[in-house]
Amino acid sequence: MIKIKAKDVDVFYGKKQALFNISLDIEENQVTALIGPSGCGKSTFLRCLNRMNDVIDICSVKGKILINDFNINDKSCDVVRLREKIGMVFQKPNPFPKTLYENVSYGPTIHGMAQSKQEMDEIVETSLKKAALWKEVKDRLHEPGTGLSGGQQQRLCIARAISVRPEVILMDEPCSALDPIATAQIEELIDELKKEHTIIIVTHSMAQAARVSQHTGFFHLGQLIEHGSTDKIFKNPDNTKTQDYITGRFG
Amino acid sequence: MNKNKEQLLNKRYKAEKRFRLYGQSAIFMALLFLTVFIFKIFSTGYSAFQKTWLIVPVTFDAELMMLEQNPSKEDIQDADYYDIALKSMADLDPNANEDQENELKRMVSYFFEKEIKNELLNDPSLIGKTKEVYLTASDDLDQVFKGNYPRDLPEDQRRVSDYQLKIFDQLVANGKVESKFNISFFTNADSREAELAGIASSFMGSIFSILVCLMIAFPVAVLAAIYLEEFAPKNRFTDFIEVNINNLAAVPSIVFGLLGLGVLLAIFQLPRSTPLVGGITLSLMTLPTIIIAARASLKAVPPSIREAALAMGASRMQTTMHHTVPLSMPGTLSGTIIGLAQALGETAPLILIGMVAFVNTIPGSPMDPAASLPVQIYIWAESAERGFVEKVSACIMVLLGFLITMNLFAQIIRHKFEKKWS
Repeated sequence: MIKIKAKDVDVFYGKKQALFNISLDIEENQVTALIGPSGCGKSTFLRCLNRMNDVIDICSVKGKILINDFNINDKSCDVVRLREKIGMVFQKPNPFPKTLYENVSYGPTIHGMAQSKQEMDEIVETSLKKAALWKEVKDRLHEPGTGLSGGQQQRLCIARAISVRPEVILMDEPCSALDPIATAQIEELIDELKKEHTIIIVTHSMAQAARVSQHTGFFHLGQLIEHGSTDKIFKNPDNTKTQDYITGRFG
Repeated sequence: MNKNKEQLLNKRYKAEKRFRLYGQSAIFMALLFLTVFIFKIFSTGYSAFQKTWLIVPVTFDAELMMLEQNPSKEDIQDADYYDIALKSMADLDPNANEDQENELKRMVSYFFEKEIKNELLNDPSLIGKTKEVYLTASDDLDQVFKGNYPRDLPEDQRRVSDYQLKIFDQLVANGKVESKFNISFFTNADSREAELAGIASSFMGSIFSILVCLMIAFPVAVLAAIYLEEFAPKNRFTDFIEVNINNLAAVPSIVFGLLGLGVLLAIFQLPRSTPLVGGITLSLMTLPTIIIAARASLKAVPPSIREAALAMGASRMQTTMHHTVPLSMPGTLSGTIIGLAQALGETAPLILIGMVAFVNTIPGSPMDPAASLPVQIYIWAESAERGFVEKVSACIMVLLGFLITMNLFAQIIRHKFEKKWS
């Protein structure tokens, strides 16, 4: 089933066009990887999906992005509601400089998802369990989140993102600041999370894309060169540029 | 070729050595100036914290005081102390003629009568008895006792007569002159008499001014900074505002004083010489300092924190209030304290709005007339009397202590509450 449908998306930074005519369908409860060399626009595209580009004054987005058949670029779309449904995990772990508990409970609090302290405790516990962090931190929930290791911090950010039960989770190079062991943990986690969430991950590591994703889109110079099932992209791409990139001839 | 290279290297080492020497000598000079300055202030000022007392036997003669038998508290309050006061001073030299008696009277402060009265009020049973009472020495004798007075001047150039010095020396020899910690310097308001002048009025005036300044400048500046940094669109108009805030920070403080005079006093008819007006004027001066500090510390909050909050579905307002502003608070607060410390040392605008007036009462609210510490320094420095010289330095010491405490506080806030980003 198609969860997100991007249609003719153009993005401009001032006068400079960053994305050209992107059309891409994203399947529900699967992992879609976006790959491509630096500056190709894959992160920009990802940030279109939860309207994070709104923050940048000079950035303008054209075209339609349908999520559950609703155009999020429409004026009637409320970004607060949208971002409740579309969570995001960033390149560098960015926990709030507050306690672990406050980090995870922040989303549910502002969206009024818990009626009592007990309910909140449950949300925090399940979120941390889903993010495979519960065992490591259950005794120090009230210590600052910034005191964790890099990999733990990133899992904390994932726990924070899933605490509001988003339908989609966007991940912008979530492992680029982590060591291989932490990376492996996150990848395992992604595999687990896709049962309940649709995941879109931007990554520089082709091996990672091949390991975690079912679908892959290849971006180059602001254009979506090719997309399809990960198997096909990595084994038998249609476009020579894709072929060159995944075999390491450029990029 | 090789030799050439060696020469070049030597030259480079020498240049570096020279450069370090310049830096070291600059620091040495700065420290030297500072040391001289502080030494000068302390050496002239420390004696102001001591006060000279004459111990004079006073006979509480009921008749001279016009007191009936078994007087009530009110009677003692209303009694006449002038005669016994005069008499006890005159008794210091039984052979004194009328002129000399007058000179004897002037050896103690103007308020010696009141000091004798307080003694009796504390202990009414003294009526009819004689007791040795501590009387504040006149400022000139105070200076003589502290060794600040040139005794070898010809008599007609001295404010202390040979006769007074003779009697004083006798008292010293008999152990009837004592130096004690000068409490009245901290509890008295300003006075024309140096021996009685204190900083209570100006200290309270400074505190009230700073509080008024804080209450006005802090909320306005913080709101302005938050709006400019987090909400305002970046365009020509906001650039223009930013430039002007920076300009405002560079405006000489006397201009704000003129503004206070022209607007607050002339148009709004606020009471002159009050910490209220002083505080408002100072707040205009402090405003840009706090805005700049608050904006800098808002800017220092990493954008990743804002993104994290926004991506969780927090509105812009929630992002700002829940995350950015609390994280920027330590920087904002220490900037505020530094701005207030600047305002605390400000003199010119306060002189213009009339806080330079002679105030001999201690203000109880920002609406009462008061001086402020720097203005008090200015007033005393202008006074010709020798007794005020040490007061100026002492007042500077108090002001410096105040400032150092505030800056220390700013440092503590900064170090203790600043979050470390991972």
